[in-house]
Amino acid sequence: MTQKIMALVEKTCTKKKPPQFSIGDTVDVHCRILEGDKERIQIFSGTVIARSGAGTREMFTVRRIVAGEGVERKFPVHSPRIAKIVVKRSGRVRRAKLYYLRQRVGKATRLRERHGVVLPGAETEETPQGQ
Amino acid sequence: MSMGLLGRKIGMTQLFDQDGHVIPVTVIEAGPCHILQIKTLDRDGYEAVQLGFLDKPRRLARRSERGHVARLDSKRQKALQAAGLEPLAKADCEPKRFIRELRGPVEGLQVGQMVRVDIFENVPAVDVTGITKGRGFAGAMKRHGFHGQGASHGVKKVHRHIGSTGMNTDPHHTFKGKRMAGHFGNARRTVRNLQVVQILPENNLLIVKGAVPGPNGGFLLIRETNKLPRPALNRPALANQG
Repeated sequence: MTQKIMALVEKTCTKKKPPQFSIGDTVDVHCRILEGDKERIQIFSGTVIARSGAGTREMFTVRRIVAGEGVERKFPVHSPRIAKIVVKRSGRVRRAKLYYLRQRVGKATRLRERHGVVLPGAETEETPQGQ
Repeated sequence: MSMGLLGRKIGMTQLFDQDGHVIPVTVIEAGPCHILQIKTLDRDGYEAVQLGFLDKPRRLARRSERGHVARLDSKRQKALQAAGLEPLAKADCEPKRFIRELRGPVEGLQVGQMVRVDIFENVPAVDVTGITKGRGFAGAMKRHGFHGQGASHGVKKVHRHIGSTGMNTDPHHTFKGKRMAGHFGNARRTVRNLQVVQILPENNLLIVKGAVPGPNGGFLLIRETNKLPRPALNRPALANQG
């Protein structure tokens, strides 16, 4: 009962069509950045190395290499600041958390591509919220 | 009646407002509550409303509990009626699991009336009272937030101890009220001025910002805040993406 009620409350604040992506995907995360009253989109692209939590608390981690330095950013899946997530490439992976990529540099960070996978709604365009 | 209701903690989660800020919230199942009894100045010396929340199976309720909510054909009742006394008003509902009294003016209220979460419609913030989680016999670090002692630098076996409890020959005793280890939790506590984030009347849910005392499923007493100055009504604009 408790879980049902929690799900009901969280449903009011989660995206109707949650972005579709999986671990190992190379994605472009389109973030809304608020500067004063102006809004612009910033893109963070990298590999999805982890996904955690459930409901409104669900988060995912994107890792990329910037100027030879590993950078990881964690996003809430259901945040209205995430405009959309575009899957560029799907990687073939055998585990849910790709933390082993942190130990790797250069060519070793590449993942083998997963071919022939058509993700339903891979380019989920979110309806603009509250505007 | 001052604005108040009984409820049960469901759990915590987080919601987004339209700007993408996360609001930490507690979901409370608030009401519906029956008014079981009304205390009046004439009869009781003070004014209050007694509320009951959640039904209790009849097999678990004592006869007195059943008689409190519904009229029983007892010898006592018959005797009272024979003596010409008017029978007390009863709510005519199932026995209740959680019963509390709320003091305040009682005009316009009747025994048996239902109080629902919509009474908080225009309330900006609430005070929530509950029983905190019991932590048993807890050390001073957990109980009072003491820092304990160093992990090294020659500290031996006293890493979580409280240190000194007082001075030497003068005053020659430990002051009363010195904070030490002891029983912690399982006490009635009130968190005041919790912002009401959302009300879902069709599901009897009240969503407040921040934490409330007790475990999930624990009973709560929810009242309009008595904190002054009264906060202005500001419900956050939730990102309603569903």
